[in-house]
Amino acid sequence: MKKMMEKIKIACTTENLKDVRKFVNTTLSKLHIPENEINMIVLAVDEICANRIIHSNKSDKNNQLEVQISDRSEGLEFNIKDSGEFYDNTIQDDPNIPTLIKEKRKGGIGLMLVRRIMDTIEVKKEESYTTYTLFKKLNISHA
Amino acid sequence: MNITTLKENQYYILLIDGELDASSSITLDNALTEALSKKESKILVDCSRLNYISSAGLGVFMSYLQDFETEKISMVLYQVSEKVKNVFTILGLDSLIKIVANKDEAIGLMK
Repeated sequence: MKKMMEKIKIACTTENLKDVRKFVNTTLSKLHIPENEINMIVLAVDEICANRIIHSNKSDKNNQLEVQISDRSEGLEFNIKDSGEFYDNTIQDDPNIPTLIKEKRKGGIGLMLVRRIMDTIEVKKEESYTTYTLFKKLNISHA
Repeated sequence: MNITTLKENQYYILLIDGELDASSSITLDNALTEALSKKESKILVDCSRLNYISSAGLGVFMSYLQDFETEKISMVLYQVSEKVKNVFTILGLDSLIKIVANKDEAIGLMK
């Protein structure tokens, strides 16, 4: 089977999230993945990128973030890598939605969405880089 | 993303056009704050041109639910695409935020 590996590099600003979404969408569309699955995966990658851009890179356009999509047996792996501050938000439990509403909180549900969409989420720190690795089980057919 | 606001009788309509993500959700936040400050009590959100929503957009809607309940403000979203509705459904927010098929149904819920 032909192995696939595609990547995009963006400056750390939320205006560039649309480019990441377009990249993931275009890459996955070539693999004949159902549209609904693609939409969910695009969302999960967007959520991690938005978190990293805003919280770890403070939307600093001089910092870069890279998204890489690769074939793995039984699915796809998404690596999101940047040199911003290390923070592993996967150690936190999911928030309670009624509590968030009561406290009028706007944030806190991004990772919850990612957990429901992806099969695994791993965070690694290597030298000055933080990498979030998301894995999604999928039947992939290469055209 | 753009939000157009208009008043039709007692209804305050927000038409969201584009993608609601971490970069654009502030626009929705400002529009809902404005509706709240104008003491609008019947807010209709036309989602027919909303083609993407992430947690940032969901979070903005969520953050007003408490104030809307206290102030007895109704908010109904309508003409939400399946793609966008699915995002509300993942976290069960479709049971906390009213989402209906069309404007007539939305108005019907407010009577």
